[in-house]
Order: sequence, then C-alpha cells, then structure tokens
Amino acid sequence: MAKMTCAEAIREALRQEMERDDRVFILGEDVGQFGGCFGVTGDLFSQYGEERVRDTPISETAIVGAAVGAAAVGMRPVAELMFNDFVTVSMDQVVNQAAKMRYMFGGKATVPMTLRMPYGGGISAAAQHSQSLEAWMTHVPGVKVVMPSTPEDYAGLLITSIRDENPVMFFENKVLYGMEGEVPETIEPLPFGKARIHREGDDVTVVALGGMVPQAMAAAEALAGDGISVEVLDPRTLVPLDVEAIKASVAKTNRLVVVHEAVKRSGFGAEIAAIVADECFDDLDAPIKRVGALNVPIPFNPILEQYVVPNADRIAKAIREIV
Amino acid sequence: MEMEKDMLLNMYRKMQEIRIFETRVTELFAEGKIPGFVHSYLGEEAVAVGTCSNLKNTDYITSTHRGHGHLIAKGGQLNEMMAELYGKATGYCKGKGGSMHIADVDLGILGANGIVGGGFTIAAGAGLASKIQKKDDVTVCFFGDGASNQTTFHEGINLASVWDLPVVFVCENNMYGISLSQEKHQKIKDVSDRAVAYGIPGVTVDGNDVVAVYEAIKEAVKRARNGEGPSLIECKTYRHRGHFEGDPTNYRPDEEVQQWKAKEPIGRFRKKLLEMEVCEENELKAIDEEVADQVEKAVKFAEESPDPAVEEAVQDVYTDMIEEVWS
Repeated sequence: MAKMTCAEAIREALRQEMERDDRVFILGEDVGQFGGCFGVTGDLFSQYGEERVRDTPISETAIVGAAVGAAAVGMRPVAELMFNDFVTVSMDQVVNQAAKMRYMFGGKATVPMTLRMPYGGGISAAAQHSQSLEAWMTHVPGVKVVMPSTPEDYAGLLITSIRDENPVMFFENKVLYGMEGEVPETIEPLPFGKARIHREGDDVTVVALGGMVPQAMAAAEALAGDGISVEVLDPRTLVPLDVEAIKASVAKTNRLVVVHEAVKRSGFGAEIAAIVADECFDDLDAPIKRVGALNVPIPFNPILEQYVVPNADRIAKAIREIV
Repeated sequence: MEMEKDMLLNMYRKMQEIRIFETRVTELFAEGKIPGFVHSYLGEEAVAVGTCSNLKNTDYITSTHRGHGHLIAKGGQLNEMMAELYGKATGYCKGKGGSMHIADVDLGILGANGIVGGGFTIAAGAGLASKIQKKDDVTVCFFGDGASNQTTFHEGINLASVWDLPVVFVCENNMYGISLSQEKHQKIKDVSDRAVAYGIPGVTVDGNDVVAVYEAIKEAVKRARNGEGPSLIECKTYRHRGHFEGDPTNYRPDEEVQQWKAKEPIGRFRKKLLEMEVCEENELKAIDEEVADQVEKAVKFAEESPDPAVEEAVQDVYTDMIEEVWS
C-alpha cells in the first residue's frame, strides 16, 4: 500500500491503464504540459507525450464528441472536463450521442469512453464552477455514473470505468482531491454496483454520496458520543446502484438519511428515498430524511457557500430528527 | 471523364438504388406502412454516390437525418434498411433506431443522426482514432447547410484542422434548413467560404454532377490520407421533397422546384454516359430493372419480417445487463 491523495490515485490509475492498453488516451483542456486544471494529469504528458495526453482547444463539445467518435471506432478515450458545470456545453454529445448510440444502433456500437468531471463547492468558485450534476446523468439510460470518495475507490473504480465497454460519467470531488489514503501498489479494478460501508451502526443508515462521505463520517463520530450508532454507506456508483446493500442496511437500522452535495430538489437522494419507501416500507420506523444543498445557485462568498452546502452539522441534525 | 466504365456504371447503379428506394419509401410512408418521420434524399443522389465512390470499406462516414442515400452509397443493404424503416426485428437496428439512426459500424457507417450537426465532433473523433492508430482510413462527415450554423460545425472542424485529422467535411447545400432558405439563415452564399476560418481548403461544386463531386472529394480524400488534414467540400444540390414526408413546402416556389428538377443528377448522368458512348441504353435499362427488383425484394423482406419481441426494449442499453433497466 502507498499513501496518496485522491488526485494522485486518479493519476496512478490513468498511468496504469495507459501502460497496460495503448488504446487509452487522455484529452481535455490543459491536461498536457500544464498538468490539468486541478493537477490531476500531472506528469502523464511528460511520460506519454502529446499524442496520448492531448491538449484540446477550449471546446467542450468537441472534447466529448471526439471521445464518442474515437470510442466508437476502437479507442478508449478518457476525456476531462475542467468542471462538471461545463458538461452543459457538451450535453448533446453525452445525452443524445454517447448514451444512445449503442441502443439506437441495435447493439452494433460500443462507446467505451470515460468522462472525468470535477464537481462540488468549497473553493469559492461560485455558481458556474461549483455544481454537483450527477443526478442529471443518472436520468440518462445508457451511461454509468461513478462517484467515489476515497483514494482507493477513485483509483479502482477509474480502472473499471476505463475498461468498461460503456460511457462512464466519473465524478471527482474537488475538495477530496487533496485527501490522503492508502492505495494498493498495483491498483485492481473495483466492481460497479457495490456499496462500501465506511462505518457500521445500528440506529440509522446514512447513504452519503462522494464528497459528503467524510461529512457523514464526522456526523456519525459526533453522534456516537450521544449514544447514537450511525451506519455510513457509500454507494460509490449510482448507475448501477447497489440497492441490495441499502436495503440490507435499512433492514438493520430501520431509519434512513440520504445526503448529497447537489441541490436537494430532484437530487439522487430522492431516487434512493423512493426505492427504500417502495421496497422497504415495513422496515422503516421513521420518515426518510434527505439532506442536500439549498435549492439555489452556489454563492461566491465563503460564508454564504458554507450556508448553502450540507455539512456534518446538518447531517447530524437530520439524524436527530428521526432517531 | 477518364474513369473506368465499371466504376461509372456502378455510380449510376448506386444513384438508382437511392432513387428507386427513396421513391418507394415515399409511397410506403404515404400508405401508412412506415411509422415516424422520413426525410427523403431524392434529388441529392450525386452527393452521396460521388463522395462514397472514393471510399474503401474501412473508411468511416457520419450521416444525418437525411441519411438513406449516404448509407446506400457506403454499402448499406437495402433489405436491412427497409426493414429498419418498418421497425422490424431484421432491420439494421433491430427496429430500435428507425430512419434517423441507421448504422453499421462494420461498414464504417457511424450512424445517421437525429441531431442536426451531430456528426461533426464524432467524425473528428473517428479521424483522431485513425491518426492515433496510424491507419490511413478517412472519415467523411456529411452535413447540410442548416447544420453549418450549429456550434458543432465550428468545434468539430476546428479540432480536425488544428490536429490535421483525416476528415472530409461534405456540405450538402440543398438551400434550405428545414423551411428556412439559405439567404434567411446565413449571410454567405457558399458554405465553403468558412473553410478560410480553419485554414483548410474549401471547394464548392455542382452537387448534381456526380463526376464533379467525385473529383472534388477525390482530392480531399487524398489530402486526408496523406496526413495533410481536413477539407470542406460544398455540394450545391436540392431536395425534391420537403424537409420531411408530409411537409406542405409552402415556403418555396414551384418554379424553383421545377428548375432544379430539370437539373436532377441521374437524368443528367445517364445522358452523359450515352453521349460519351460509355455504354448502350439497354445496359442502363438492365440496371434500372435489376435495382427496381432489388427494391421490391427489400419491401417484401421488410413486410414479411417480424416485429421485435417486447423484451428487445431493454437490450442494448449497455453492453451488460444492469438491473436499472427493469425498474
């Protein structure tokens, strides 16, 4: 095992796959010499050169569209958008092209591309650079949606994403980029559709997505002192979703709080809540609580931003309401 | 014309395949046998055939909502195409794509596309793959004058040009973006003028002259194969039908339609072949009859084919089956 940050873990996963498979290449804005907007691609340019670590013009539509075309004819592109907010500029390429090609063509095409997208607030990047747009992607059949929270999971799930034969939307949390953790020397692919229980507990299940996992862990720690035992479950992939793990946890704790950084309204938490209400009604002893950002754009001022985005205190408060 | 007789007759045959296929499709659509929308390629046959006559099997094309002609010209089989228009299980897409999404990646057909301008960046990506793989394959991106106003036009051609990708952008300027005439949707007369902005060759040809199209594309394909980058070839043509079958076409004068029909590509090419004594009239007649027979067989094939089983609806969303498709 080696200690590395989430950003380093992503880079090592990229390096490992580029070494293993010469169909893998990277494209995006400033991913080359510059090393990536958040430094994720780092030294890959000096190792693999401009042919395989391709700096693109500022053309998100072309980045994603070219990835779709290259994937459809046998390459394994890993495209990077500087911020997930910019996927709006390339939405046709994701939603109408990448996601639908295989289906529309009756199974005659495969589009094995990965789209890496940093999301979330916490750096005062304001309304156009701080959103969490994963729920949009889960609404599009044909793409898989991955949202890890630890260095090991970022690395292992990125390997799986690159090897997957389908378009994968890979969400990376900006604040977590600097978080350290243990990563195996040789990164093994981790399966999609398998949740990770970060903390076991008996009183309430907290399903937390991506950057909210550490916040949920902090809330669980704080509540432990009051005798409240919190189970923290990280689905890691939203499509496919490990429904069985969520159901099993709720069957044990009989209570559910769902947490994400995205705005609460129509967030993925609503989907999880609906599934549990539908399939685990008899297990529930209390209403399901959802915690998300306020339904406003993310403000610039750090105090306002912290007010809008969920944190450990808000999660703890939601837990107390039903325990 | 210094081309081989076989090649010229093959071009004639392909144009007739498109003409007769599309004529039958308009009839079948009117009879209610084909669901959804149909965008007829009638009148534009020389563009697809003149272009694709330069391509090998491993070359790629991206097509459009008006794609039947491109697909036939690139080697698409009439049976599977007609069956797809009927939505049948034996169609190219098992009945799940329809007219606007016919594709056959094995034939290099990366799909018709229901999004106007959807092909530009995909074509750039296919060209990028060929370049990285060090293959000499070329990708042709068909698009209309209407699509030249989309953002993808700029981003796709810019990327292809700055990276010298082996792509040929072929504009079928049929003078209308849906109901809007070219003069009402862009200030320029020649879409090829825009090539200047990308530092690539831009050429305008008579899109109803199959040999002129062939020659212009030949240069562009050669350039692309040599690693010299993309070109923008504009073919001036005209659609005989409306934007879609059922379009009242109240936005264009009958006189204009008649003028263009007088310049239609197949009659012109036929006359040229006979004048230049490339072949006898009976040879062309034989081709006409063979093609008509082939189209009728395709109709029969489509009509006798089964609808897909309903379970087919959840297949091919992903390469693997995930539970989500059922819930």
